[in-house]
Amino acid sequence: MTMRRLPRILKAVRRTALQAVPTVIGILILNFFLLRLTPGDAADALAGEAGAATVETLAALKSKFGLDLPVAEQLGGYLWNLAHFSLGVSPRYNQPVAELIGARLPNTLSLMGLALVFALLIGITLGALMATFAGRPTDRVLSVLALLFYSIPSFWIGLMLIVLFSVKLGWLPTGGAETIGANLTGWDAVLDRARYQILPALSLALFYVAIYARLTRDDMIEVRTQDHVRTARAKGLSPFAVTRDHVLRNALIPVTTMAGIHLAGLMGGAVVVETVFSWPGLGRLAYEAVMGRDFHVLLGILLLSSLLVVAVNAAIDILQAWLDPRIEVR
Amino acid sequence: MAPLIDVRDLSIAFPRATPVRGLSLTVAAGETVALVGESGSGKSLTALALMRLLPDAARIASGEILFRGRDGAVTDLAGLDDRALRRVRGRDIAMVFQEPMTSLNPVLSVGQQVAEVVRLHEGLSRRAAFARAVELLDLVRIPEPRRRAGDYPHELSGGMRQRVMIAIAVACAPRLLIADEPTTALDVTIQAQVLDLLDALRRDLSMGLLLITHDLGVVAEWADRVAVMYAGRKVEDAPFETLFGAPLHPYTRGLLAASPRLDAGQHYSAGALAEIAGSIASAAGEEGCAFAPRCPNARALCRAAVPALDAVAPGHLVACPVTTSEAQREARHALAVG
Repeated sequence: MTMRRLPRILKAVRRTALQAVPTVIGILILNFFLLRLTPGDAADALAGEAGAATVETLAALKSKFGLDLPVAEQLGGYLWNLAHFSLGVSPRYNQPVAELIGARLPNTLSLMGLALVFALLIGITLGALMATFAGRPTDRVLSVLALLFYSIPSFWIGLMLIVLFSVKLGWLPTGGAETIGANLTGWDAVLDRARYQILPALSLALFYVAIYARLTRDDMIEVRTQDHVRTARAKGLSPFAVTRDHVLRNALIPVTTMAGIHLAGLMGGAVVVETVFSWPGLGRLAYEAVMGRDFHVLLGILLLSSLLVVAVNAAIDILQAWLDPRIEVR
Repeated sequence: MAPLIDVRDLSIAFPRATPVRGLSLTVAAGETVALVGESGSGKSLTALALMRLLPDAARIASGEILFRGRDGAVTDLAGLDDRALRRVRGRDIAMVFQEPMTSLNPVLSVGQQVAEVVRLHEGLSRRAAFARAVELLDLVRIPEPRRRAGDYPHELSGGMRQRVMIAIAVACAPRLLIADEPTTALDVTIQAQVLDLLDALRRDLSMGLLLITHDLGVVAEWADRVAVMYAGRKVEDAPFETLFGAPLHPYTRGLLAASPRLDAGQHYSAGALAEIAGSIASAAGEEGCAFAPRCPNARALCRAAVPALDAVAPGHLVACPVTTSEAQREARHALAVG
């Protein structure tokens, strides 16, 4: 990307941000009404768990959380709060939603990030190998492997990884986010946390590994037949240099598009994987919020995910314009 | 003078076909040789074979490609291993392809693509190679080369892209430049500019130039010598004055008769253009001369065996038994009368 394109990119970012506002508000209102379709609310869930709630305590709970107000008024109140940059308070945790999400967000982001890195690194490497040996045994074996990764559900992969690496081999912990009571600092703490992340990130990644491997393979095989690759060979470049500089880079453009679309999907997948590995992330918070009918928390998470999708899409546009100069940043 | 490249009896085979058979061809340093033929005659495959860039399914079935390197040593490119071949490609022999639209990598700037070949063969640093690329873009007469070096292929016109291809090809001052229909995809006005540029570079760098084309107008203006191919074989090889002045092979004659001439005032309204009856497809499965099914002079002996290339004059080879015997008879007749 040359410097002369920088101002245009900044302009694109500003416009994307402006366009995001009505989109996100629309998503919120839609979700607000969708959630009303589920039977029960936070007060019902709390009272049910308590086991011995009377009609009076239930009514008191409802009025305390504002759940007895008309739906339109509840929505108005929520949007009013939002306009003042408040996500409301969770009746269940009796904590501001922003704090709850803030505490879990870094865990989920690092899990998703690592999973995406795993998926891209392993997927592109496998895809490049498959393309290089297309039609030969290496390609066949890896294709079967990719098919397995694609079709096995992530919770089962997670459980099997735990059985192999934690129970049998004892290399990695079975779950959690860090060694409790170890009080590590600096690099030790980072390494400790990394050990806890490997298995969940891997089980989240394997499905996408399969997709990126197939995509990379097919794109590379297509690019390889293009005229400019023959030009590269005519220059006297080695097969490795031709693949690296003239095939892989061109083939990666569709892969980045897919990875962008998948980043949002990773968040959904995180719900399952976080539960399997007792990972204290947003996915599990969302799951708990659904079970407890804690709609403020759920709306907060949905707001965050939609913002994430918008941000990722914008980032992908910029990344693509950098990879492929034919694409203008609009 | 010993030729720069001496192709001897080259055959190129696919699993089910042999599109080039027993082709011999030479190009001397500083010489422009045109390889002429219609689509499917095997001329582009020949060009790719010289650089050993044949498609995966094709292989060199027989023959030698003797190339005289900078140190005067002669190597057979047909038997060279990949590593040695990579030192020849782009450095000693370079190629300009037919399609400037698709022959450049769309995601790299043209400066990077020129610099790449310089870095590879001359071991320049990234910065020095880019500076050299700008010089090369200037050499191929691209205006504002410093600014253009940062452009991507899609930002350039077809003619400009072909100039970039030429800059890549001549970057290491190759001994032989192969240009495979370099102007077919370009506007007529640009064609002459590109060919003039190739010709000037050939002179300045004393390269041999193998110009592959089906355009006889191009041949007439820029070639020193012409080899005519038909259905995978060379049928005539002559200096360009001889070929245009006194073509001998019936196919060459047919080609020349079929090309419209502006100076002759020929216009479609003045009558149909001459054509060679039939199509090249009739050459398939032909035992003898591949051109016999379309040839007005075909005799029984034409179908009996593949005609050998005979020298009818110094530097003039023809693969046609009928014309050769006529030419010899005339020569004898001239002797007897004289």
